Amino acid sequence: MLIHVENLSHTYIPGTPLARVALHGVSLKVGPSERVGVVGRTGSGKSTLVQHIAGLLMPTEGRVLIDGVPVHERTTVARAARQRVGLAFQYPEDQIFEQTVFREVAFGPRNLGLNKTEIAERVRWALGMVRLDPAMESRSPFTLSGGEMRRAALASILAMRPEALILDEPTAGLDPRGRRGLLARVRTWQVETGAILILVSHNLDELARIVERVIVLDRGLVVADGPVRQVLSNGALLSAAGLDVPQSVTLLRALHDAGWDVRTDRLLPEEAFEEIVRVDAGHATALRALQSVEAR
Amino acid sequence: MPPFIELRELEYSYPLDGGGQVAALRGIDLTIERGEFIALVGPNGSGKSTLVRHLNGLLLPTKGQVRVEGLLTSNPRNLWAIRQRVGMVFQNPDNQIVASTVEEDVAFGPENAALPPDEIRRRVDEALATVGLVEYRTHPPQMLSGGQRQLLAIAGVLATRPACIVFDEPASMLDPANRRQVLDTIRQLNSEGLTIVLITQAMEEATAARRVLVMHEGRVAMDGPPVQVFEHDAQLRDWGLDLPTAVEIAHHLRERGWQLPQGLLTVEQLARALC
Repeated sequence: MLIHVENLSHTYIPGTPLARVALHGVSLKVGPSERVGVVGRTGSGKSTLVQHIAGLLMPTEGRVLIDGVPVHERTTVARAARQRVGLAFQYPEDQIFEQTVFREVAFGPRNLGLNKTEIAERVRWALGMVRLDPAMESRSPFTLSGGEMRRAALASILAMRPEALILDEPTAGLDPRGRRGLLARVRTWQVETGAILILVSHNLDELARIVERVIVLDRGLVVADGPVRQVLSNGALLSAAGLDVPQSVTLLRALHDAGWDVRTDRLLPEEAFEEIVRVDAGHATALRALQSVEAR
Repeated sequence: MPPFIELRELEYSYPLDGGGQVAALRGIDLTIERGEFIALVGPNGSGKSTLVRHLNGLLLPTKGQVRVEGLLTSNPRNLWAIRQRVGMVFQNPDNQIVASTVEEDVAFGPENAALPPDEIRRRVDEALATVGLVEYRTHPPQMLSGGQRQLLAIAGVLATRPACIVFDEPASMLDPANRRQVLDTIRQLNSEGLTIVLITQAMEEATAARRVLVMHEGRVAMDGPPVQVFEHDAQLRDWGLDLPTAVEIAHHLRERGWQLPQGLLTVEQLARALC
């Protein structure tokens, strides 16, 4: 699948004193098998952008093409294109409405016209992906805990087997282990199927572990688009966009400023640790060499 | 004077749809003093939210007792007084915003307490000033950003002048700048004497508290200052929790024989120790 966002602008409640421009002529392309992170402060346009890619909003200007089909049109091909994109909302309770977890997760597959056996098979698979106990199938999704509700909402999107999966802050409220496990399984699925994965997240650790490319939005504009290491280690860029720098980068930068010869684009704690050890080992070798020269 | 909040042998079980029940809290003894700043961490399903919902009688114990300034939460006649002392801010601010403008929303609590209009006015202005939303007074809440709506939810609770505010993952939906603003506001409120209980999944946030409670399977499994609690890194990891970045890196370095001082919680402290 190829997603092509063309000069996309969006204004909320235009023509009123409350009008607000959320996107400002955004253009970008996302190709098959890409894993892309979208970051930006609140109100930067992240959620608006991904809702456009899912065909849920009408552009004020510009358009979104899925394999060449403009997704917002009222045509059968556009509808088919929209069904290939799955978006899990930021707040799971915004998308949950069914009486039982099973019906909630089955809603999408049923709309795809699948038969009962296929629907049941997809529901089992999707609940397994998010690690929700099959015993919960008959419960009302509204009786679930926050973390469980989030998993159910995500399962209902996965059950559609989308060719582009968009997750808007998918792991808020999940504990670190749940978060890592869930994303690792989504990633495995993504690699196997060649789907596009778009991850909107404030969790830089999560992005560093999952995506290869990061798009930074600020006030409705794309201010950076590049490899994850490069973008997330660029302190000036991130702070201008109102974002934090990963803790590991802050540490490495402080060491670098103190004269250590460390790379500052190591985003994860384990990478920062290895970098410190590597430079220290080099240091020790150099010191030994120097001492042996002096000894002679 | 009785302790501010006292939990004694607290147990709680959720009823299940088809009958039966699930034990969420399995015997909790805990005392919270006035002015404390407590971070409550633990894996999903460990009972964090269930526990804090007992602090102002949103949930009532299946067994045991909860007292706020000596008042039992299980006595319905105490609930009004207890809820005036202990306020709550939830993860999704939209669940607790009720009015069509920012200031009306903040006034909701004081109005319900039947306060005179000039007192309501004073409280609304003060609360909005504390969270920095004065300029949005007349805006409809849905026009605010996610972070601003969370600050509005805090203002709404502040206007009821509680002695304690419980925050259930207030920042997990927010961007870094808004998160910092919410946390700075929480820290400031605590420095002014307000008791804070903060549920969080972000261990970096827990380092700001003076006391960290780790919950596991319905019990308080650890209780102490952050430095002390994060020393149990293997145990915490085993329970699926993260460590603050600095603690994790320092731990690996110590394993390789590096001599580092104790009590390193932030990357700034770690950088100073290394240089």
